[in-house]
Formats: sequence, C-alpha cells, structure tokens
Amino acid sequence: MRNRFDRQLSTLNDELIEMGSMIEKSIETAIKALVNQDVDLARHAIEADEEIDRQERIIEDLCLKLLLQQQPVAKDLRLISSALKMITDMERIGDHASDISEITIALADQPYIKKLEHIQQMAKETMIMLVGSIEAFVDKDLEKANEVIKRDDVVDDLFDKVKKELIQMIHENADKGEQAADLLMVAKYMERIGDHATNISEWVIFSITGEHKSMN
Amino acid sequence: METTKIHVTNMNLHYGDFHALKNINIDIPENQICAMIGPSGCGKSTFLKSINRMNDLVEGCKIDGQMQLRGENGFEDIYGDMDVNHLRKRVGMVFQQPNPFPMSIYDNIAYGPRTHGIKNRHKLDAIVEKALKQAAIWEEVKDRLNKSALGLSGGQQQRLCIARALAVEPEVILMDEPTSALDPISTSRIEDLAIELKKEYTIVMVTHNMQQATRISDKTAFFLLGELIEYGDTEQLFSMPKQKKTEDYITGRFG
Repeated sequence: MRNRFDRQLSTLNDELIEMGSMIEKSIETAIKALVNQDVDLARHAIEADEEIDRQERIIEDLCLKLLLQQQPVAKDLRLISSALKMITDMERIGDHASDISEITIALADQPYIKKLEHIQQMAKETMIMLVGSIEAFVDKDLEKANEVIKRDDVVDDLFDKVKKELIQMIHENADKGEQAADLLMVAKYMERIGDHATNISEWVIFSITGEHKSMN
Repeated sequence: METTKIHVTNMNLHYGDFHALKNINIDIPENQICAMIGPSGCGKSTFLKSINRMNDLVEGCKIDGQMQLRGENGFEDIYGDMDVNHLRKRVGMVFQQPNPFPMSIYDNIAYGPRTHGIKNRHKLDAIVEKALKQAAIWEEVKDRLNKSALGLSGGQQQRLCIARALAVEPEVILMDEPTSALDPISTSRIEDLAIELKKEYTIVMVTHNMQQATRISDKTAFFLLGELIEYGDTEQLFSMPKQKKTEDYITGRFG
C-alpha cells in the first residue's frame, strides 16, 4: 500500500543510527585524545565534526522531503518531527566533542595538574546515555529512554565533583588556575553531552507516546 | 464549554439486508466543524445524509436508535414527528458536485425562502444579499444577479450552493465532499468560508482529503465498515490516534 514511504522511513532510521554511531565515536576519540594528550587524534575528532554536520544536513533534507511528499500523520509524523529535533541535539554533541579536542590541543604540551579519572568517568556515563538513547529509538523502547534520563543525574553529580576538585586546586595554587578552567570547560561539555542525550531520549518518548516531557 | 447540537445514540441503519451503520453513538458539538473520514463505503456519507433524512427516499432504508437535534426547545427527535421540510430548513446540505438550479443567481438563492413563503421583494433582496455575502461570493456576482448561475465557475457555483443553503437560515450545514471537484484555490476559499461559518452554524463535513480535515475541523470521526471506530479532537486523532485501525487508515496502511 505504501512501499515507497516505508522505504523512505527505513532510510531515515538507518541514517539516524549512522549519525548516532558517528557521535558515539567522536566522544570516544575526543576523550582518548584528551587522556593521552594525543594531538593527531584530537584533530581527527575535530574533522569528524564536519562529517557529523553533513550527516545532519542529509537527515534534515530527508525529513523535509518526507513532510512535503507524504504529509505524514500519527506515528509517522511523530517519528519525522522527533528525528528533526534529535539531530539538532546529536549535532551539538559532535560540536562538544570537537570543543574538547581543541582544549586537548591547547593543553598538549603541559602535564595535567590532576588525574582525569572523574572526567573519564563522565565520558563513560555519557556514552552509555548516548548509546541508550539511540537504542531506545531503534527499538522504540520506552523503558530504555527513561533509564537514559535518570542516568543524567549521575553525570550531573560527577560534574559537581570535578568542579569542587578544580576549585580546591585553584585555592591551593593559583598558578594552576588556567588549566583548571580549561578542564572545567571539558567537564561542562561532558555535562552538556549528557543533557543532549536526555533530550534525544525525550524525543524518543514523544515519538512513541505522543507526549513530550516539556508539555507536562 | 461545548454544547451538543446533534445527539446520536445506538443508531442503526439498514438498506434492506445490508447493515450500513452499526450502533453509532456520537455527540456533534455546536459551532464546530466535525469531519467524517473513512474509506469509500464505510458509512460516513450515509450517516451525513441521515442527519437531514435524505435516506428516507432510499427504498428499504430502515433506521432505529435515536438521532436528536437540539433547538430552542431542547432536543427533538429527527426521526420523530418533526416535519421533514422543517428539518431540512434547519439542516441544510451542500453536495460534492455544485448543483445550482438552471435559473438566475438571484432565483437560486431566493428559491428556498420563497418555498417557505417569503414573497416580499425587499425581504428577498435582503436575504439574497446577506446569504451571498456570508458565502463570500457577493462581490463577484452582485452586478450579475439576474444572469444564469450555470455561467459561474465551479468554485463560484459551490459557494453559490452554500449561499443557497444559508438563505433559509439553517442551524446545521452538512457538506458532502464539498471541495473534491474544485481546484486548490477554490478549495482554500471554501475552507476559509467553512471556518468563518462555524461561528454561526454547526458544520458536519464528509471529506476524503485528510489534510483538509486536519486543516479545518475541530472534531474528526473515523468510520469503517459501518462502525464509528474513533471520534475525538482532530489534532489528537491525527497525531496520536487511540485505535490501531485509525492509525492504519490515516497513515495509508490500508483503505
């Protein structure tokens, strides 16, 4: 009855999964480069951001074409409008991975003032959130989407921890202030990535239930 | 707060052995546009026609249950002792194909009021002008009221037919796919007109154009195989339908 439309929706699904795995990889690369002070790898993460931006355009075009040609309703409309909102959050995550990499490059020739354990922990948690939100989208899994939203508290707590540690370091030794500020930025980017993964999950919930958290 | 204009309970309609409408329960609110959607043969047009007893003319048509129209004296049974001519004055109808009478524009509009006994020329002039203005066609025809209505374009003819329905001052206007024979510009004029008219009238509209239903209707009723599957706020029905059958139909998975 509607083979072409279904094929287009399945393409949209595939492209979103592709974009999800691109941003997942970009966070992974950015953190690895940061921890190992690897400038080449950091440059990779920055370049990958351009790819992510292109992928956003591709999905955006596809969504607009679907709106124009199919005038979708019901779950088709929810899926397509969610996709349009999700890719904005996904693109931002790519930006933040790139931002982190720029700091990595700036700090490359100085030893870190502290171990990056909590920042690494934040990276790990946000990756779990991101993968969870994409899986929730693919499997139309409400429970998984809600788990992602809950996990954001863990990331927020870690951010507070990192912030306190860095403030303490600045108190003890003002010379460390500049790097501490940079590392605080890194932590803030991670915290924002968690927020974007939360947003993605909220749109996944909207596409399943027709209700968005912000509407309540 | 919504006031129910048409109240239907446990309504069944048979054409001979064929059970065309099955246990329909619906409350159609006043001063709103209610869209009826569903695949061909689902019963939506049959339901529409039963509101002003157009099915009475169909041989073997049998209706049971309750259909009521709310007026100044509360609810009255449409299939009770109400005079059919009086009912059709209160509930007008506009069809898919514009069907102006082969007479002048003026006489088309004056036809109804004359049937109901209005002979005074000044009165008729006022009614004709008012109806044509309400149907947003006055400016286009005011200088040729005595010309044949058949010389108008399709879109103009349809607005003329709406004006003709309005001339007898009905309470409800039934529209059976009123724009399916019209171009997009005429369609959009009729849609704007319907939205304007709902301030004073209750409009029930059968449409195959679901985008049209989403654009102009407040409520939507989805019929399938003689059953009313889902009825609710249009926005809700088209974004988050409650029934899987509705979802499947509006997304084009069957029908």
